[in-house]
Amino acid sequence: MIKLITQSIRQTLLWTVVTGVLYPLVMTVFAQLVFPAQANGSLIQRDGKVVGSALMAQQFTGDKYFWPRPSACTYGTGPTGIAGSSGSNLGPTSAQLQKNVDAAALRTASKLPADAPVPADLVFASASGLDPHISPEGARFQISRVAAARGLSADVVGKLVDQFVEAPQWGFLGEPRVNVLQLNLALDAASPKKP
Amino acid sequence: MNHPNAWIQFALYVGALLFLTKPLGLYLVQVLDPRGRTWLDPVVRPVERLTYRLCGIDPEKEQAWTGYTLAMLLFSVVGLLFTYVILRLQDHLPLNPQGFPGLSPALAFNTAASFTTNTNWQSYTGEATMSYFSQMVGLTIHNFTSAAMGIAIAAALVRGIARHTAKTIGNFWADTVRVTYYLLVPVCFVFALVLVSQGIIQNFQPYTVAKTYEPYTIQVPKLDAKGNAVTTSVPKTDDKGQALKDDKGQPVMVDQPVMVDQKVDTQTIVQGPVASQIAIKMLGTNGGGYVNANAAHPFENPTPLANFLQILSIFAIPAALTYYLGRMVKNQRHGWAVWGAMFAMFVAGALVCWHSEDAGNPIHQKLGVAAADGNMEGKEVRFGIFNSALFATITTDASCGAVNAMHDSFTPLGGLVPMFNIETGEVIFGGVGAGLYGMLIFVVLAVFIAGLMVGRTPEYLGKKIEAYDVKLVMLVLMVLAATILGGTAWAAVSTWGQAGLNNAGPHGFSEILYAYSSSVGNNGSAFAGLTATPADGDMHYNTTLGLAMLIGRFLMIVPILALAGNLAGKRLIPASAGTFKTEGLTFVLLLVGTVLLVGALTFLPALAIGPVVEHFLMRAGTLF
Repeated sequence: MIKLITQSIRQTLLWTVVTGVLYPLVMTVFAQLVFPAQANGSLIQRDGKVVGSALMAQQFTGDKYFWPRPSACTYGTGPTGIAGSSGSNLGPTSAQLQKNVDAAALRTASKLPADAPVPADLVFASASGLDPHISPEGARFQISRVAAARGLSADVVGKLVDQFVEAPQWGFLGEPRVNVLQLNLALDAASPKKP
Repeated sequence: MNHPNAWIQFALYVGALLFLTKPLGLYLVQVLDPRGRTWLDPVVRPVERLTYRLCGIDPEKEQAWTGYTLAMLLFSVVGLLFTYVILRLQDHLPLNPQGFPGLSPALAFNTAASFTTNTNWQSYTGEATMSYFSQMVGLTIHNFTSAAMGIAIAAALVRGIARHTAKTIGNFWADTVRVTYYLLVPVCFVFALVLVSQGIIQNFQPYTVAKTYEPYTIQVPKLDAKGNAVTTSVPKTDDKGQALKDDKGQPVMVDQPVMVDQKVDTQTIVQGPVASQIAIKMLGTNGGGYVNANAAHPFENPTPLANFLQILSIFAIPAALTYYLGRMVKNQRHGWAVWGAMFAMFVAGALVCWHSEDAGNPIHQKLGVAAADGNMEGKEVRFGIFNSALFATITTDASCGAVNAMHDSFTPLGGLVPMFNIETGEVIFGGVGAGLYGMLIFVVLAVFIAGLMVGRTPEYLGKKIEAYDVKLVMLVLMVLAATILGGTAWAAVSTWGQAGLNNAGPHGFSEILYAYSSSVGNNGSAFAGLTATPADGDMHYNTTLGLAMLIGRFLMIVPILALAGNLAGKRLIPASAGTFKTEGLTFVLLLVGTVLLVGALTFLPALAIGPVVEHFLMRAGTLF
């Protein structure tokens, strides 16, 4: 019994060193050497300042930008700093969820008729609250609004959207998608005057 | 379900799983034998020997089931206390760049129990609660040890079945040490690096504060100099916005916090040693995320490829263990029969879940949401409907519990699948080790039922299954069911239980049922709207769920090791014409039938007042 207890304590200490300290440290060294950009959060910089991460949505509400999916956690940012990533966790019969699903407002913003179907990803909150992507349909749905706000032709904005449609990985893994932050950055770069 | 891409991914997944089963199974045969040989021997063998020396372990000295069990229990208790202390003292320990405080006693207990038992239920928000030190030292080590322990116990049970007239079932220390060194650490090392290539972070920096593109304003409560919320007295109104009057006709006044505008022009981006934890979280079917959103968070699961590898790693070891079983009992067809039964239930569950999520929610479709898009609430675009449903099925078939979509927002039947998967004991490939030993409980039961049907003493692989064995099996099944249903019932009728709910109506009941199922099943996924750590500090949920995890883990393992010890001591009886064959289609069907029957008989009444009734209410358009 005593022997088993000392063995238990020694084992716990040993695994603390091996799996709790050495393993993450060695992994960090390798990750920083081989894939430094990814290991540090795929950060995007503009004029030397970090403006976000390619893997994280941030809030856009202005008409001149494409909007990301709704977030149940204000895109990970609260009044005092970090807000825990999360979905709404509202169930299928939730009245609150039905209220949140504001398809009509999106139609109005895009000046579409009242029977135009709205892509689901634009009205439903993502699982993480940080989903960096919208579906290609979700992006095309917003083209007319963005183009009008920027005084560009829908054709020009549409072409830009097409450039940013990522196919499923290796052709079949996952879904086609558009990274909203990267699209908006490109949009600003393509519009000569800052609107 | 008319998506060719999805079917291709499904086929690829199944193919990869089938392909991995045999080679990984053969590797496990070597790993789980103290004298086994692997290609890692030149590097790892010296480390292994050193470990034995440092810990005073003689790997060749086998233990009886009692010694094996005692070692397992003591090791768990020490680990539990160790993590409890780290979490409580977090603010005094290093690597805490965000300056998080120590955890409350109930939360620290719940978390320590959760990670010790391979549950990895998280009553906290990772990125806003845990320091890097707590994540690495307090939690990652349990990801390894609890996984190694599960595999060790499965091996001990298999040895009990394979041996005859034997007194011992292996050495607990040698099993866990070898599994960690030869299997978990090397695979995780490669796996974590691949995950980093896909975008999972791995660093020790403080959180990055980005200057966002488009500043916006939010409303926050105004605070006075002491940090207390400033309130003002306003007339109270009813649901329709009419001012309420008291008996004297005076307006009823109520205190309301004063809100002020705050400009937000930054985004806080989480950092930390994430990839190293994610690799073992998936491979060891732990499932405890680094951040709150778990594998839905772009930093835990950035691409469809990362997603594919993560779900493959959940099933890899459990599938290989069925091959290990076949090899050890010298009846490979038995191993494949167990694999086949698991596989059939996996495919059935995945298809039901996928179909439900794909069909979506008529309530929202009436509002003009594109019906073809399915139910996207709580799902990520890069995974879509199919990969979210597949992940949910796999993570609950196994006792993993990682999530890449919010199960709470699934359609009723889509959410029923994960819940039922957990309640049937997570034996569909299952957790590492836990899936196999759980399934072997059902195998013994199936053999017993078959014996009753033909009126013969049941036999399993040349051993008589007797009253003592069946009693142990029934003990396991009944304790687990009673804990799930008892806990659910208690919470459902208590104020503290209802206070934690995020949804009303039958969905609220489902949140409670899921919580206790997940804890007892050591799964760790959740209908995550449930708040187990309320702001008022109520300890009921964290304490009862923590106890449920301990019961679910140890009241399962101890009888199983007793069964292993008892089986090991039995004599072999030669097979005869009347021996029930534990291979082939008949056996697969009987095994699947046993699992489903026990699960259905026990849990259908509870499921009927949760997801089943909710399904019909959703179709009728009822809202809560």
